[in-house]
Amino acid sequence: MRRLVTDTLIVAERNLVRLPRAPDLLLAFTVQPVMFVLLFVYVFGGAINTPGYDYADFLLPGIIVQNVAFGGFVTALGLSEDLNKGLIDRFRSLPMARAAVLAGRTLADVVTNALSIGVLIVTGLIIGFSFDASALEIVGGLGILLLFGYAFSWVFALLGLLVSSPEAANSVGFIAVFPLTFISSAFVPVKSMPAALQAFAEVNPFTVTVDAMRALWIGAPAGNNIWGSIVWSLAIIAVFAPLAVARYRQTARR
Amino acid sequence: MTAVAAAGTDRVRANEPAISVTGLVKSFGDVRALDGVDLDVAPGSVLGLLGPNGAGKTTMVRALTTLLKPDAGTIRVAGLDAVHDAARLRERIGLAGQYAAVDENLTGLENLVMVGRLYGARRAKAKQRGQELLARLDLVDAAGRTAKTYSGGMRRRLDLAAALVAGPPVLFLDEPTTGLDPRSRLDLWAMIEELVADGTTVLLTTQHLDEADRLADAIAVIDHGRVIAHGTPDELKDRVGGERLEVRLADAAEAPAAVAALAAMADGPPITDEDAVKLVVRRRSGAIVEAVRRLDEAGVGVDDLGLRRPTLDDVFLTLTGHATEAGDEAKRAA
Repeated sequence: MRRLVTDTLIVAERNLVRLPRAPDLLLAFTVQPVMFVLLFVYVFGGAINTPGYDYADFLLPGIIVQNVAFGGFVTALGLSEDLNKGLIDRFRSLPMARAAVLAGRTLADVVTNALSIGVLIVTGLIIGFSFDASALEIVGGLGILLLFGYAFSWVFALLGLLVSSPEAANSVGFIAVFPLTFISSAFVPVKSMPAALQAFAEVNPFTVTVDAMRALWIGAPAGNNIWGSIVWSLAIIAVFAPLAVARYRQTARR
Repeated sequence: MTAVAAAGTDRVRANEPAISVTGLVKSFGDVRALDGVDLDVAPGSVLGLLGPNGAGKTTMVRALTTLLKPDAGTIRVAGLDAVHDAARLRERIGLAGQYAAVDENLTGLENLVMVGRLYGARRAKAKQRGQELLARLDLVDAAGRTAKTYSGGMRRRLDLAAALVAGPPVLFLDEPTTGLDPRSRLDLWAMIEELVADGTTVLLTTQHLDEADRLADAIAVIDHGRVIAHGTPDELKDRVGGERLEVRLADAAEAPAAVAALAAMADGPPITDEDAVKLVVRRRSGAIVEAVRRLDEAGVGVDDLGLRRPTLDDVFLTLTGHATEAGDEAKRAA
């Protein structure tokens, strides 16, 4: 167990040290989400009716949730790259904890997610977002975001080990996760969607988590969303982490 | 008395092969990548695993380094079973592959420190060991640069350094010099020879026969997942027969005449390759004089003519059956 913790930290450190040296990735964490916020607020904002809330207030929790869910993309791309370059073989030939490569990768995602959450909050505050929350609620919201992002990192970890190349990870991941984020309450009120989509959107973990964030940060009604989001995140981890680790154990570069 | 007993135990241990493979089978779907391989490698020696692409060389290395679980058979490396003692075995082996597995966005030193720490060393210790290895593999000047700025040869050396971090008694090198320029190959060969001189056992796969000839104490030729020949380079060369006579003709059109003239002194049918005629001679002594006489009598013009020992290329071609194809071509040409 101590070995697992140490090795996980070593791998996480490796993935974070690389980061500033890969400027394209750094852009993906910082500039890209800011661009999305600006586009949504100023292009769609005027046309989307969000009763009771200013669109900037409505949007920011949603776009941050989308963003942390996609934070795990780095894990999918990175694992796929490591696999193709033979680094996974190297790791597997070392006497290290078996789960550490994945646990370290996903842990590094938590750090990068925290970074992009910070960037997004600052951007939001500049364009008119304001918290309607206690300090405890703000911190609780951060916790929910990081947990949700961490859960999706494990989904992406499995994806990265299953596909044949980083390019494939990119397109499969995008096709799988992008619609999920859009058929949710992240960008528009669910009530504005056709009935079939509404039914899906209401149980979508994205909706649950976005609504939990709105409850914590802008004083929307909480319902069961806060606990719902935590349960969703833990369930996703409980399913995908063992699948990803099992896949890692038998993965062979071929 | 105790000393004698101790020495006895040591000798038994020293006699145990560093690598011992029995009846190894591994299939991928319908393909039997390894089809019953038996192999022993003596401690401190180099085994060259030779074979064409897809022969099973890499599968073999992956099974021996615990990356693949065999379907059948037993593998013992450095005294440990590769399946049941996999975790402990990983502490005693080093693996350097043909894909130079280093993190391109880390510096040379950072790569080695990471690997050292994953072997369980503390950061300071790992750093010290990393610096030692960088010095040994002539990478000190590049220690602080990210690996993506390295040349192919430097990456291979860094990959080898990573494999050496734990000072493993058994080292696996999967095509260590594939794609390197001649200068880098020579450098890497010298480094491997140094390691062997220090007592490391090496299993090396290669497609380059000169590499096996230079580095290997023993060679196993593998094809279709089976070991089809095993021995020292000299033994294998002896197996494929005697010395080769090579005649370079002044005029390629005279090849049939040359073949007819030389057939009587050849062991097996001579092979024609454009303006060259090659044959295995029955008797070495007097072969050159006899060949010149016969060709002269037949009125064939000769540019160059010589006897040479069989190379591992000849061994390889003969054993893997490609020589037969060349022989067919020769017949067609004739």
